[in-house]
Amino acid sequence: MKIPRFSRKTLCIPYAVFLIFFVIVPMLVIFFYAFTDSNMHLSFNNFVKFFSDPTKLSTIVYSLVIALITTVICLVIAYPVAYILARSTMKRKFVILMLFVLPMWINFVLRVNALRELFNLLSSLDGMAWLAGSNYFKTVFGMVYDFLPFMILPLYTTMLKIDPSLYEASADLGASGFATFTRVTIPLSVPGIMSGVTMVALPSMTNYVVSDMLGNAKVTIIGKFISDYFGNDWHMGSMIALILLIVVFVSTWFTGGFKSEENVRGTSL
Amino acid sequence: MNKKHVVFKCLKAFLVGLVLLVIYAPILLLAIYSFDKTNMIGRFEGFSLTHYAALFQNSKVLGMIGNTFLLAFLAAILSTILGTVGALGMFYTKKRVKMLIHGASQIPVINAEIVTALSLTVTFVAVGLGRSYFTLLIGHMVICTPFVVLSVMPKLKQMDNSLYEAALDLGASPFKALWKVVLPQIIPGVISGFMLAITLSLDDYIVTMYTRPAGFETISTYVYNATTKGNAHTAVTLASLWALTTIIFVIIVLFVVISNLSSIRKKEASK
Repeated sequence: MKIPRFSRKTLCIPYAVFLIFFVIVPMLVIFFYAFTDSNMHLSFNNFVKFFSDPTKLSTIVYSLVIALITTVICLVIAYPVAYILARSTMKRKFVILMLFVLPMWINFVLRVNALRELFNLLSSLDGMAWLAGSNYFKTVFGMVYDFLPFMILPLYTTMLKIDPSLYEASADLGASGFATFTRVTIPLSVPGIMSGVTMVALPSMTNYVVSDMLGNAKVTIIGKFISDYFGNDWHMGSMIALILLIVVFVSTWFTGGFKSEENVRGTSL
Repeated sequence: MNKKHVVFKCLKAFLVGLVLLVIYAPILLLAIYSFDKTNMIGRFEGFSLTHYAALFQNSKVLGMIGNTFLLAFLAAILSTILGTVGALGMFYTKKRVKMLIHGASQIPVINAEIVTALSLTVTFVAVGLGRSYFTLLIGHMVICTPFVVLSVMPKLKQMDNSLYEAALDLGASPFKALWKVVLPQIIPGVISGFMLAITLSLDDYIVTMYTRPAGFETISTYVYNATTKGNAHTAVTLASLWALTTIIFVIIVLFVVISNLSSIRKKEASK
């Protein structure tokens, strides 16, 4: 009997099995729960209930607005920062980039807690009492604070790849600095904008740690919704999770998916 | 022209500095008050190390720190092995199979963490596994392994493939060739994948919250509960959390400085 020769292809089997059991099957389970009732009969009740409840829909709208505002603010802050760093001729600009990424390595909850303590201090000052009750403001601030590096990193890597001779050519052809910025820099940084936007928008819809810790539990976002249903109604929770899943996949499809080299959390560093 | 240039430069430095100031303000605030005698932020009463002492005397807090790091280490090791072996297999397999595995592997990357957590927990409970250290570890591996694959893959693509063939021609077994020839070429990707897995696991709250066994606390779940559901001893605990934040911050700064210095030195040595 001939022993079958070792083939390098077989090495992908453990990972494939892992993915089937712990990624694909759970997705199917969610799908199953979303379309069944508590007696495990096929039912579209969750779907109908979800879209006919005005309080649910208004929460979703609020959550989307929060995510939109957070994403826009992150973009407005991160774009100039990434541009300045990418075009800087400084020898050690890498160190400054590191300074932006470094806080990400402190535990996320501890970081939000630090911000919470700062807000507590500020609202005890004279004339700052309004801050104590501004739950939406604090939530958005916290999200921008936490997700800003996700916007800076992809923008920086895309801008770094822009050929400097394009700037020179644009100047030689008589374009002003502003025209070069709007007609060279911005169009060429669109891929970075896309991945930055997806990387910020998604957690700001779903990461309810920030809204719970900074918004005095008065701000409900989609992620919190799922977690609330998790306690009592898995079927409804699965339905919302499924809807979120579809939204995420459709938007990723449209933005062209994730490029591995523009990876989150400083892989490329 | 020149004056305009200087103004512009100052403006740029001001903007970058301002953003950095806002980013570091909360952390520095905690760092300062972690050395205060009292546990009130706002008035500095006098230098003391009480909060640091409290941190190291509280067995519950020490337990959760230990839990966090042990879990991160185990999850990172397992994810790195699984991800590296998986990436190797994917690299050598047919394009269609590779695309399929890659597609499935991207699901946890782009998915909302709460959806990953919910789907895993519902599945675990439905098949009767419940929630245990095993399910927690699997949960962390699900969020970490795809990132290991993503950081190993580019290194495989850059690799010189003929070296493996040469090793086989010279009589090495396929395993030996992978171990001695392929692995050394992709090791930077493996290491960065491992580091990434550690940070992802240390940072996680949501997946931990849902898949953990009863009574198991990590830094994330502990801090979240201490701040959102006030307990009687919270004030004392919160102050020792400032100390914890400061310690972690200092360790990270040291780590970054040392690794940067050593890489600069290496570069200069190779010149």
